[in-house]
Amino acid sequence: MSDAPDWHEDSPERFFMITGGRAGHVEHAALGLVTLILSKAAPKPGMSLEQASVLRLCRSPLSVAEITAHLKLPFSVVTVLLMDLLSEGNVEARSPAPIPKSAMPDRDILRRVIGALQSL
Amino acid sequence: MHSKVSDPVGGGQLAGTADDPIGEDALPDTARLGVKLVVAGAFGVGKTTMVRSVSEIRPLVTEETMTQASLGVDSTAGVETKTTTTVAMDFGRITVDEEMILYLFGTPGQERFWFLWNGLFEGALGAVVLVDTRRLEESFGILEKLEESGTPFIVAINTFPDSVSYSTDEVRQALDLPPGVPIVECDARRRDSSRDALLTLMHHLQKLADASELP
Ligand SMILES: Nc1nc2c(ncn2[C@@H]2O[C@H](COP(=O)(O)OP(=O)(O)O)[C@@H](O)[C@H]2O)c(=O)[nH]1
Ligand SMILES: [Mg+2]
Repeated sequence: MSDAPDWHEDSPERFFMITGGRAGHVEHAALGLVTLILSKAAPKPGMSLEQASVLRLCRSPLSVAEITAHLKLPFSVVTVLLMDLLSEGNVEARSPAPIPKSAMPDRDILRRVIGALQSL
Repeated sequence: MHSKVSDPVGGGQLAGTADDPIGEDALPDTARLGVKLVVAGAFGVGKTTMVRSVSEIRPLVTEETMTQASLGVDSTAGVETKTTTTVAMDFGRITVDEEMILYLFGTPGQERFWFLWNGLFEGALGAVVLVDTRRLEESFGILEKLEESGTPFIVAINTFPDSVSYSTDEVRQALDLPPGVPIVECDARRRDSSRDALLTLMHHLQKLADASELP
Protein backbone atom coordinates (compact mmCIF):
# COMPACT_ATOMS: atom_id res chain seq x y z
CA MET A 1 0.00 0.00 0.00
CA SER A 2 1.27 3.45 -0.81
CA ASP A 3 -0.23 5.03 2.29
CA ALA A 4 1.88 3.03 4.71
CA PRO A 5 3.32 4.97 7.62
CA ASP A 6 6.87 6.12 7.85
CA TRP A 7 9.08 3.26 8.97
CA HIS A 8 12.71 2.48 8.57
CA GLU A 9 13.24 0.75 5.28
CA ASP A 10 16.25 -1.07 6.63
CA SER A 11 14.43 -2.49 9.61
CA PRO A 12 13.84 -6.24 9.49
CA GLU A 13 10.46 -5.69 11.07
CA ARG A 14 7.83 -3.12 10.36
CA PHE A 15 5.54 -1.58 12.88
CA PHE A 16 2.53 0.60 12.50
CA MET A 17 -0.39 1.70 14.54
CA ILE A 18 -3.93 0.48 14.34
CA THR A 19 -6.35 3.31 13.83
CA GLY A 20 -9.70 1.71 13.28
CA GLY A 21 -8.81 0.67 9.75
CA ARG A 22 -7.28 4.03 9.00
CA ALA A 23 -3.72 3.30 10.00
CA GLY A 24 -1.28 5.75 8.62
CA HIS A 25 -3.81 8.00 6.91
CA VAL A 26 -3.89 10.70 9.51
CA GLU A 27 -1.34 13.41 10.07
CA HIS A 28 -1.39 13.61 13.81
CA ALA A 29 2.03 15.03 14.51
CA ALA A 30 0.36 18.03 16.12
CA LEU A 31 -1.33 15.90 18.76
CA GLY A 32 1.01 14.67 21.47
CA LEU A 33 0.27 12.85 24.70
CA VAL A 34 0.34 16.12 26.64
CA THR A 35 -1.55 18.30 24.19
CA LEU A 36 -4.44 19.81 26.13
CA ILE A 37 -7.88 19.48 24.58
CA LEU A 38 -10.87 21.69 25.35
CA SER A 39 -14.44 21.22 24.08
CA LYS A 40 -15.90 24.00 22.00
CA ALA A 41 -19.31 22.40 21.53
CA ALA A 42 -21.78 20.10 23.22
CA PRO A 43 -22.33 16.54 21.98
CA LYS A 44 -24.68 16.53 19.02
CA PRO A 45 -26.96 13.84 17.62
CA GLY A 46 -25.13 11.87 14.98
CA MET A 47 -21.80 11.95 16.77
CA SER A 48 -20.30 8.66 17.81
CA LEU A 49 -20.45 7.69 21.46
CA GLU A 50 -16.70 8.16 21.68
CA GLN A 51 -16.79 11.64 20.19
CA ALA A 52 -19.56 12.60 22.60
CA SER A 53 -17.49 11.21 25.48
CA VAL A 54 -14.49 13.30 24.43
CA LEU A 55 -16.62 16.43 24.43
CA ARG A 56 -17.90 15.64 27.93
CA LEU A 57 -14.43 14.82 29.26
CA CYS A 58 -12.97 18.01 27.86
CA ARG A 59 -15.36 20.55 29.31
CA SER A 60 -12.28 21.59 31.21
CA PRO A 61 -8.86 21.17 29.56
CA LEU A 62 -7.58 17.60 29.53
CA SER A 63 -4.46 16.00 28.05
CA VAL A 64 -4.69 13.50 25.21
CA ALA A 65 -3.10 10.95 27.56
CA GLU A 66 -5.88 11.42 30.11
CA ILE A 67 -8.52 11.13 27.38
CA THR A 68 -7.04 7.78 26.29
CA ALA A 69 -7.05 6.60 29.92
CA HIS A 70 -10.66 7.58 30.62
CA LEU A 71 -11.95 6.18 27.32
CA LYS A 72 -9.73 3.08 27.59
CA LEU A 73 -8.80 3.46 23.95
CA PRO A 74 -5.35 3.35 22.33
CA PHE A 75 -3.60 6.63 21.64
CA SER A 76 -3.84 6.32 17.87
CA VAL A 77 -7.59 5.70 18.00
CA VAL A 78 -8.11 8.75 20.23
CA THR A 79 -5.97 10.76 17.85
CA VAL A 80 -8.31 9.96 14.98
CA LEU A 81 -11.34 10.91 17.10
CA LEU A 82 -9.67 14.19 17.99
CA MET A 83 -8.65 14.99 14.41
CA ASP A 84 -12.29 14.66 13.38
CA LEU A 85 -13.47 16.80 16.27
CA LEU A 86 -10.76 19.38 15.54
CA SER A 87 -11.59 19.61 11.87
CA GLU A 88 -15.23 20.32 12.71
CA GLY A 89 -14.28 22.92 15.29
CA ASN A 90 -15.78 20.90 18.13
CA VAL A 91 -12.59 20.93 20.18
CA GLU A 92 -9.57 23.15 20.56
CA ALA A 93 -6.03 21.75 20.90
CA ARG A 94 -4.09 23.97 23.25
CA SER A 95 -0.49 22.91 23.38
CA PRO A 96 2.01 23.95 20.81
CA ALA A 97 3.68 21.21 18.79
CA PRO A 98 6.16 19.12 20.80
CA ILE A 99 9.57 20.59 21.49
CA PRO A 100 11.94 19.46 18.74
CA LYS A 101 14.35 16.81 19.99
CA SER A 102 17.47 18.85 19.46
CA ALA A 103 16.21 22.05 21.03
CA MET A 104 16.81 22.77 24.68
CA PRO A 105 13.71 23.27 26.75
CA ASP A 106 12.66 26.80 27.29
CA ARG A 107 14.33 28.37 30.33
CA ASP A 108 11.06 29.83 31.52
CA ILE A 109 9.45 26.36 31.47
CA LEU A 110 12.33 24.91 33.52
CA ARG A 111 12.09 27.69 36.08
CA ARG A 112 8.36 27.25 36.52
CA VAL A 113 8.59 23.45 36.83
CA ILE A 114 11.35 23.79 39.44
CA GLY A 115 9.19 26.21 41.42
CA ALA A 116 6.27 23.79 41.39
CA LEU A 117 8.43 20.80 42.42
CA GLN A 118 9.97 22.78 45.27
CA SER A 119 6.56 23.45 46.71
CA LEU A 120 5.40 19.82 46.44
CA MET B 1 -35.71 18.03 14.98
CA HIS B 2 -36.16 14.44 13.84
CA SER B 3 -35.10 12.11 16.60
CA LYS B 4 -33.30 9.02 15.48
CA VAL B 5 -33.84 5.91 17.53
CA SER B 6 -30.18 5.08 17.24
CA ASP B 7 -28.99 8.50 18.31
CA PRO B 8 -25.80 7.53 20.13
CA VAL B 9 -25.62 10.73 22.13
CA GLY B 10 -29.02 10.24 23.71
CA GLY B 11 -30.89 13.36 24.73
CA GLY B 12 -27.77 15.47 24.73
CA GLN B 13 -28.37 16.13 28.40
CA LEU B 14 -25.15 17.40 29.92
CA ALA B 15 -25.95 18.68 33.36
CA GLY B 16 -26.29 15.39 35.27
CA THR B 17 -23.70 14.55 37.87
CA ALA B 18 -23.16 11.09 36.40
CA ASP B 19 -22.00 13.09 33.44
CA ASP B 20 -19.00 14.58 35.20
CA PRO B 21 -16.30 11.98 34.59
CA ILE B 22 -13.37 14.16 35.65
CA GLY B 23 -14.79 15.64 38.83
CA GLU B 24 -12.27 17.17 41.18
CA ASP B 25 -9.39 16.20 38.86
CA ALA B 26 -10.55 18.89 36.43
CA LEU B 27 -7.84 21.33 35.37
CA PRO B 28 -8.46 25.08 35.47
CA ASP B 29 -9.73 26.61 32.23
CA THR B 30 -6.50 28.60 32.06
CA ALA B 31 -4.38 25.44 31.58
CA ARG B 32 -2.84 25.69 28.15
CA LEU B 33 0.63 24.13 28.11
CA GLY B 34 1.32 20.44 28.77
CA VAL B 35 4.95 19.43 29.37
CA LYS B 36 6.33 16.00 30.20
CA LEU B 37 9.07 14.10 31.93
CA VAL B 38 9.81 10.40 31.58
CA VAL B 39 10.60 7.97 34.40
CA ALA B 40 12.53 5.16 32.75
CA GLY B 41 14.06 1.94 34.00
CA ALA B 42 13.88 -1.83 33.99
CA PHE B 43 10.87 -3.81 35.17
CA GLY B 44 10.21 -3.59 38.91
CA VAL B 45 12.67 -0.81 39.55
CA GLY B 46 10.09 1.61 40.99
CA LYS B 47 8.80 3.67 38.06
CA THR B 48 5.12 3.39 38.93
CA THR B 49 5.96 3.99 42.58
CA MET B 50 7.76 7.24 41.74
CA VAL B 51 4.97 8.50 39.50
CA ARG B 52 2.45 7.74 42.24
CA SER B 53 4.59 9.44 44.91
CA VAL B 54 4.52 12.82 43.23
CA SER B 55 1.30 12.79 41.18
CA GLU B 56 -1.69 14.89 42.19
CA ILE B 57 -4.04 12.39 40.53
CA ARG B 58 -4.28 8.65 40.97
CA PRO B 59 -1.92 7.36 38.23
CA LEU B 60 -3.66 6.53 34.96
CA VAL B 61 -2.70 4.23 32.12
CA THR B 62 -2.37 5.16 28.49
CA GLU B 63 -2.04 2.48 25.84
CA GLU B 64 -0.99 2.16 22.29
CA THR B 65 -1.62 -0.80 20.05
CA MET B 66 1.17 -1.82 17.75
CA THR B 67 0.96 -4.22 14.91
CA GLN B 68 4.23 -5.87 14.17
CA ALA B 69 4.44 -7.07 10.62
CA SER B 70 7.30 -9.28 9.60
CA LEU B 71 8.61 -8.49 6.21
CA GLY B 72 9.18 -11.20 3.66
CA VAL B 73 12.24 -11.26 1.44
CA ASP B 74 10.17 -9.60 -1.26
CA SER B 75 7.97 -7.11 0.53
CA THR B 76 6.20 -5.60 -2.45
CA ALA B 77 3.33 -8.04 -2.04
CA GLY B 78 2.60 -6.44 1.30
CA VAL B 79 2.28 -7.63 4.85
CA GLU B 80 2.76 -11.30 5.51
CA THR B 81 2.36 -11.98 9.20
CA LYS B 82 1.14 -9.70 11.95
CA THR B 83 1.19 -9.76 15.69
CA THR B 84 -0.47 -7.16 17.83
CA THR B 85 1.14 -5.80 20.96
CA THR B 86 -0.26 -3.37 23.46
CA VAL B 87 2.24 -1.01 25.03
CA ALA B 88 1.02 0.55 28.27
CA MET B 89 2.48 3.40 30.29
CA ASP B 90 1.28 4.76 33.55
CA PHE B 91 1.40 8.45 34.13
CA GLY B 92 0.65 11.11 36.68
CA ARG B 93 0.26 14.85 36.75
CA ILE B 94 1.51 17.90 38.64
CA THR B 95 -0.11 21.28 38.12
CA VAL B 96 2.80 23.72 37.72
CA ASP B 97 0.76 26.91 37.66
CA GLU B 98 -2.50 28.16 36.21
CA GLU B 99 -1.17 27.65 32.68
CA MET B 100 1.32 24.79 32.78
CA ILE B 101 0.71 21.13 33.57
CA LEU B 102 3.57 18.67 34.05
CA TYR B 103 2.98 15.02 33.14
CA LEU B 104 5.21 12.17 34.28
CA PHE B 105 5.25 9.01 32.21
CA GLY B 106 6.62 5.70 33.42
CA THR B 107 8.05 3.77 30.50
CA PRO B 108 6.54 0.43 29.55
CA GLY B 109 8.31 -2.84 30.35
CA GLN B 110 9.09 -3.86 26.80
CA GLU B 111 11.81 -1.41 25.99
CA ARG B 112 12.09 -2.54 22.41
CA PHE B 113 8.75 -0.89 21.77
CA TRP B 114 9.55 2.49 23.25
CA PHE B 115 10.74 4.13 20.14
CA LEU B 116 7.99 2.67 18.05
CA TRP B 117 5.48 4.64 20.00
CA ASN B 118 6.22 8.00 18.45
CA GLY B 119 5.75 10.56 21.09
CA LEU B 120 7.02 8.74 24.13
CA PHE B 121 10.29 10.63 24.30
CA GLU B 122 9.41 13.19 21.67
CA GLY B 123 8.96 16.51 23.37
CA ALA B 124 9.97 15.20 26.79
CA LEU B 125 12.01 17.71 28.78
CA GLY B 126 14.15 14.85 30.07
CA ALA B 127 14.17 11.54 31.91
CA VAL B 128 14.94 10.09 35.32
CA VAL B 129 16.43 6.61 34.90
CA LEU B 130 15.79 4.48 37.95
CA VAL B 131 18.32 1.73 38.57
CA ASP B 132 18.49 -1.15 41.01
CA THR B 133 22.08 -1.95 42.00
CA ARG B 134 21.22 -5.66 42.23
CA ARG B 135 20.75 -5.73 38.47
CA LEU B 136 22.47 -2.76 36.90
CA GLU B 137 22.96 -4.64 33.65
CA GLU B 138 19.22 -4.37 32.99
CA SER B 139 19.68 -0.63 32.56
CA PHE B 140 22.27 -0.78 29.81
CA GLY B 141 19.77 -0.93 26.96
CA ILE B 142 17.67 1.87 28.38
CA LEU B 143 20.65 4.19 28.82
CA GLU B 144 21.85 3.43 25.33
CA LYS B 145 18.47 4.28 23.85
CA LEU B 146 18.20 7.53 25.77
CA GLU B 147 21.64 8.55 24.56
CA GLU B 148 20.70 7.62 20.99
CA SER B 149 17.54 9.69 21.14
CA GLY B 150 19.35 12.67 22.64
CA THR B 151 17.01 12.81 25.64
CA PRO B 152 18.79 14.42 28.62
CA PHE B 153 18.66 12.24 31.74
CA ILE B 154 19.89 11.68 35.25
CA VAL B 155 20.27 8.35 37.08
CA ALA B 156 18.51 7.68 40.39
CA ILE B 157 19.60 4.66 42.43
CA ASN B 158 16.63 3.09 44.14
CA THR B 159 17.73 1.26 47.25
CA PHE B 160 16.00 -1.99 48.11
CA PRO B 161 16.36 -3.81 51.46
CA ASP B 162 18.85 -6.39 50.18
CA SER B 163 20.76 -4.01 47.89
CA VAL B 164 24.48 -3.91 48.31
CA SER B 165 25.40 -0.30 48.85
CA TYR B 166 27.58 1.06 46.08
CA SER B 167 28.97 4.55 45.88
CA THR B 168 27.66 6.74 43.08
CA ASP B 169 31.16 6.59 41.59
CA GLU B 170 31.00 2.81 41.44
CA VAL B 171 27.60 2.98 39.78
CA ARG B 172 28.87 5.59 37.34
CA GLN B 173 31.69 3.29 36.39
CA ALA B 174 29.51 0.20 36.12
CA LEU B 175 27.04 2.06 33.89
CA ASP B 176 29.82 3.80 31.96
CA LEU B 177 28.12 7.17 32.48
CA PRO B 178 29.80 10.38 31.34
CA PRO B 179 30.90 12.65 34.20
CA GLY B 180 28.25 15.24 33.35
CA VAL B 181 25.32 12.95 34.11
CA PRO B 182 24.14 13.41 37.72
CA ILE B 183 23.59 10.31 39.89
CA VAL B 184 21.46 10.48 43.03
CA GLU B 185 20.12 7.99 45.53
CA CYS B 186 16.42 7.89 46.08
CA ASP B 187 13.51 6.08 47.62
CA ALA B 188 10.72 6.13 45.06
CA ARG B 189 8.16 5.42 47.77
CA ARG B 190 8.84 8.79 49.34
CA ARG B 191 7.38 11.96 47.90
CA ASP B 192 10.26 14.19 49.03
CA SER B 193 12.90 11.79 47.74
CA SER B 194 11.15 11.40 44.36
CA ARG B 195 10.69 15.15 44.14
CA ASP B 196 14.40 15.67 44.81
CA ALA B 197 15.32 13.26 42.01
CA LEU B 198 13.06 15.22 39.66
CA LEU B 199 14.63 18.48 40.83
CA THR B 200 18.09 17.07 40.13
CA LEU B 201 16.93 16.39 36.57
CA MET B 202 15.51 19.93 36.24
CA HIS B 203 18.73 21.54 37.49
CA HIS B 204 20.68 19.33 35.08
CA LEU B 205 18.46 20.59 32.25
CA GLN B 206 19.14 24.17 33.33
CA LYS B 207 22.88 23.49 33.18
CA LEU B 208 22.54 22.02 29.70
CA ALA B 209 20.52 25.04 28.61
CA ASP B 210 23.24 27.33 30.00
CA ALA B 211 25.93 25.39 28.20
CA SER B 212 24.07 25.47 24.91
CA GLU B 213 23.94 29.25 25.08
CA LEU B 214 27.71 29.66 25.34
CA PRO B 215 29.27 31.02 22.16
N1 LIG C 1 12.68 -0.58 49.13
C1 LIG C 1 12.18 0.04 48.08
N2 LIG C 1 11.19 -0.54 47.38
C2 LIG C 1 10.70 0.11 46.30
C3 LIG C 1 11.18 1.36 45.89
N3 LIG C 1 10.53 1.75 44.78
C4 LIG C 1 9.65 0.79 44.50
N4 LIG C 1 9.73 -0.22 45.43
C5 LIG C 1 8.93 -1.45 45.43
O1 LIG C 1 9.32 -2.21 44.29
C6 LIG C 1 8.21 -2.85 43.68
C7 LIG C 1 8.11 -2.53 42.21
O2 LIG C 1 7.87 -1.16 42.04
P1 LIG C 1 7.09 -0.56 40.76
O3 LIG C 1 6.95 0.90 40.99
O4 LIG C 1 5.85 -1.31 40.49
O5 LIG C 1 8.12 -0.86 39.60
P2 LIG C 1 8.01 -0.56 38.02
O6 LIG C 1 7.89 -1.88 37.35
O7 LIG C 1 9.30 0.09 37.66
O8 LIG C 1 6.84 0.34 37.79
C8 LIG C 1 6.99 -2.39 44.47
O9 LIG C 1 6.66 -3.41 45.37
C9 LIG C 1 7.47 -1.16 45.22
O10 LIG C 1 6.82 -0.99 46.45
C10 LIG C 1 12.24 1.96 46.67
O11 LIG C 1 12.71 3.05 46.37
N5 LIG C 1 12.68 1.25 47.74
MG1 LIG D 1 5.18 -0.08 36.58
